[in-house]
Amino acid sequence: MLVPLSWLRDFTPLEGDTKFLTDTFNELGLVVDGVQEIGGGLDGVVVARVLEVRAHPDADKVRLADVDLGDGQPLQIACGAANLAAGQLVPVATIGTVLPGDFEIARRKLRGEWSNGMICSADELGLASERASGIMVLPNDLTVGASFSEAMKIERDVVFDLDIEGNRPDAMCIAGIARDLAGKLKLPFSIPEPQINESDTLVEDLATLVVEDSVLCPRFTIRVITGVHIGPSPELIARRLTLAGMRPINNVVDASNYVMLELGQPSHPFDLDRVAKNTLRIRKTTGNESIETLDGSERALPADAGVVCDGDDKVTSVAGIMGGAISEIGPDTTSVLSEAAMWDPYAINKTSRQLALRTEASARFEKRIDREGILRAQSRIAEILLLSNPTAKIARGVIDHNATQTWPSNAERVRVRTARVNAVLGTDLTDEQVAQYIEPIGFVVNLIEPGVSEVLIPSFRSDSEREIDVIEEIARMYGYDNIARRVSTSPHVGGLSPYQHNRRAIEDLLTGLGLTEAWTSPLLSPGDLERAGLPEDAVMLTNPLLREESKLRTSFLPGLLKAVAFNLTRRNQGVRFFEVGRSFGLPSEGALLPDEREYLAVALANEDDDARSASRLWSAVIDGMKLRGTSLQPLTLDGLHPTRTAAIHGPDNQLIGHVGEVDPTVCGRFEINRRVGWLQLDLAAALALVEESPQMKPVSRYPAAEFDLAFIVDNAVSAAAVEDTLRASAGDILESVKLFDVFRGAQSNEGARSLAYALRVAALDHTLSESEVTDVRARAIAAVEATHGASLRS
Amino acid sequence: MSDTISDLESLAQRHTSELSAATSLDDLRDREAAAFSKDSELGQIGKSLGSLDVDMKKTVGAKVNAVRQQLQQAAAARRVELEASARLAQLEAERLDLTEVLGAPTPGTIHVVKQTQRALEDVFIGMGFSIAEGPEVETDWYNFEALNFPPGHPARSSWDTFHVELGEPESVVLRTHTSPVQVRTMETHEPPIYVVSPGQTYRRETADARHMAVFHQIEGLVVDKGITFGDLAGCIDTFTQAYFGPGITARLRPGFFPFTEPSAEFEVVCFFCNGDGCRTCSHTGWIELGGCGMVDPNVFKAVGIDPEEYTGFAFGFGIERCAQLRHNLDDMRILSDNDIRFLSQF
Repeated sequence: MLVPLSWLRDFTPLEGDTKFLTDTFNELGLVVDGVQEIGGGLDGVVVARVLEVRAHPDADKVRLADVDLGDGQPLQIACGAANLAAGQLVPVATIGTVLPGDFEIARRKLRGEWSNGMICSADELGLASERASGIMVLPNDLTVGASFSEAMKIERDVVFDLDIEGNRPDAMCIAGIARDLAGKLKLPFSIPEPQINESDTLVEDLATLVVEDSVLCPRFTIRVITGVHIGPSPELIARRLTLAGMRPINNVVDASNYVMLELGQPSHPFDLDRVAKNTLRIRKTTGNESIETLDGSERALPADAGVVCDGDDKVTSVAGIMGGAISEIGPDTTSVLSEAAMWDPYAINKTSRQLALRTEASARFEKRIDREGILRAQSRIAEILLLSNPTAKIARGVIDHNATQTWPSNAERVRVRTARVNAVLGTDLTDEQVAQYIEPIGFVVNLIEPGVSEVLIPSFRSDSEREIDVIEEIARMYGYDNIARRVSTSPHVGGLSPYQHNRRAIEDLLTGLGLTEAWTSPLLSPGDLERAGLPEDAVMLTNPLLREESKLRTSFLPGLLKAVAFNLTRRNQGVRFFEVGRSFGLPSEGALLPDEREYLAVALANEDDDARSASRLWSAVIDGMKLRGTSLQPLTLDGLHPTRTAAIHGPDNQLIGHVGEVDPTVCGRFEINRRVGWLQLDLAAALALVEESPQMKPVSRYPAAEFDLAFIVDNAVSAAAVEDTLRASAGDILESVKLFDVFRGAQSNEGARSLAYALRVAALDHTLSESEVTDVRARAIAAVEATHGASLRS
Repeated sequence: MSDTISDLESLAQRHTSELSAATSLDDLRDREAAAFSKDSELGQIGKSLGSLDVDMKKTVGAKVNAVRQQLQQAAAARRVELEASARLAQLEAERLDLTEVLGAPTPGTIHVVKQTQRALEDVFIGMGFSIAEGPEVETDWYNFEALNFPPGHPARSSWDTFHVELGEPESVVLRTHTSPVQVRTMETHEPPIYVVSPGQTYRRETADARHMAVFHQIEGLVVDKGITFGDLAGCIDTFTQAYFGPGITARLRPGFFPFTEPSAEFEVVCFFCNGDGCRTCSHTGWIELGGCGMVDPNVFKAVGIDPEEYTGFAFGFGIERCAQLRHNLDDMRILSDNDIRFLSQF
């Protein structure tokens, strides 16, 4: 909200420089997003008369003007504005003037013609925040040669751009902001009562009101003003509206806007002669209704939207959001029906969202306006309108439908315990101090017993309804940064859970093994899963921003393959990713939320990577994390290579993940023309296998014997099975067994391969004799041959 | 006799110079053989001792021993020299340029956002907090209603929310903050509670240099007896100094969140200029970081904690924002590009 300092000073005598005021705003939670100094840099700008305008001999877009700066002598100035014309009075920045923004005016030549100054627009003079479309044309009664700022009565001003929090309906207007500042700075504050004289004509004789829904519309008021002449607003009104970011339109509309900015009460002026049967009717839409709004748009209205209709039941305005074209104030309007109401914040918010139409009015109604401020606003509108229409007549009285007493309202009285204030804030305030901090901002405090006050909530603070809300106001006025800081200590020992600890460990293990952690979006594009060879069934977003991000991932394949492709396209080296994150399966039977689990996914896409490197990595993970009792089983899985993928099982045969290679067809669809090794773990299941406190096994102090065994083994028998047999047959004395060579070729038959193992044996209590070693070797050979139909390779 | 003696002397002289002139350890071994073997001159003279009379034997024998000793010393001395030069030669031959680095293993990296998250977690662990986690797809109850956003409340509009097609319309959301984890924690744990909840969150916002629709937050929650706003401000200060550095304190100004009352926004002293004002802090000396406040009594009521017995505070801020400040990231969107040239920098 743009807040001119001069306007604030109508309500409280503010002093202090911009920095001080900025700090005060911030301390109050009225955050200053920007500050604009107005009216500075106008020394040297004078009122000049345009004597003649002629074409520039050598430029199309610039013309030459002779202006009189008061001495009667023509002075040539080049100017590009289309609205420049002979006879106008215009502001001219003379040579040496430094305009706002440190722009110094010098005599300069423009395509061979001298320009002796600058004819200015409003924004160049710092008088408008938006770029003006042409030069500023001044009223014709000014004295040529006079100082521009004196002639125009330009007041220096400062405009603060404040970010008003959602819980501050009272701060959506100048008077409310002034009240907050005055309270903080301990300055007097008052809102002057509007002074108006009513005529003898009763308002009820001129207009009729029917409110059909008092929940939608707890209060609706009508004033009628006749004998109005539409014209521009007085200079002060127009200037302030401009400073506050609103475009002046005409004296009637401006009066309504001015009062909204000043008092926070939105209102709407109707041309009474264009309101059928001079009647307004408040109801909800039934469906299939539409309206042309003031902005010229034809809008279909949702059912159950609040509307104001005329006597023919035709919609004339969308309640609390925007008026309609049908009863718009026009140049011929003479009778004005001024409407000021209170609307249900929820209803306004809902309709505003459905129409995707947010206005200054709806923003205020959503936060609930001051139900007691409506009549004052009506009188203020009339007062302002009469500034430009001294002969207009204000009909006697106000039509006032007031159901605010029965409307679901906030608590008006709240008990506030001083001890509670101090317990929440960590302060040491007395009963008197509690009152002193909040009475200046409208709360009325009655001490009913020592330590307990009854606080009357002002009607403009609908956000305050509980003791804690009043405590916040006390804190705000006391100053958040004046509250003494204290470091409380947790009675707990902080730390990671075992799962969190192991998750970090596995991430660190993988980076140590050369993998880089990726972060891919959980929001997929429709078709992504199908491209990855997976079912498209997934949880859909109801309101995605982009179609490409409208689906929750059920797999990491699409995301990681995209990341791989992104890097390969850029010819990046070392493309080996892992990712830890959630995946979202469809809800299981009877559940509302998706089957959300945390996974570790790995995609290896170096030149020589494939299922084998994925399997090596998995083996390193088992060793690095000390995972107990896992085993692999061949598996066919969507998206993965059908003959190069294995399921990973835990000791109780539970599935904890899979390892292998991405289906080459899938890789191709993601434009990856190499093999991609793949590993995926259900993290909770996998990390449950981490041996938490491994128990020591004795290490032999006697020399170990080592021997190698190579077998021709059928391809259908897994190397892991052979290893298990070796382990079982060697018994206690086996220290280690390790596959060190796999060979397919000459010696092995079709459908078989040679597997070579290195075994190391040692006893705990003696040096193994030669015959013991021979025995264990023979046992191992016999067992493998018998169990797997293998033969020792000679 | 004098002949023999003089033979020995000349022999000694000759062999000493020969041994000393050995060119390699092998050559020295050959020359030693020539000097000391049974067939050598010295060996022959030694053999001939038996035929001499006692006096002669004694005199010549002594001389033979002296010569042998002299020659052995000469050989030993030469051996030391040769060994030293052989070692030198070998070392020289082994000389390496250690900047010729080939095939170094490249460790990977933890994502910079995760690194930032871990660093933040560690600060709070040091302050006695645990890490709480929860689902990213949440019910309206946990994301909004229990946090004092009644259904249809206009304040919900400022939390740009993604809904998913589950259950009743708008009943399931992608969590807009990690606050639902706080609710879940309070439902399942008795106070005192000291937790932070980091995690992925979602806002229906068009991505730009400073925002992403999917991002990470870390939120803190303390519920205990006697907790005040002063504890909140102290906690924030302790954290900012631990994470951003000594002297980087925070200031609080009034703000609005439905789930806290009083609510505050907090800013930290700009650590680029130490509060003097610079481009990063828009010349204010302060950098906006997050929101905080005292837990609203309605939130306590929703989870069955007596607000008269316990008070508490909560705070939250963006993890990407911290990473951006610390690593000078110019555009957040690079974080999800997964360009290895970017990821490997951290």
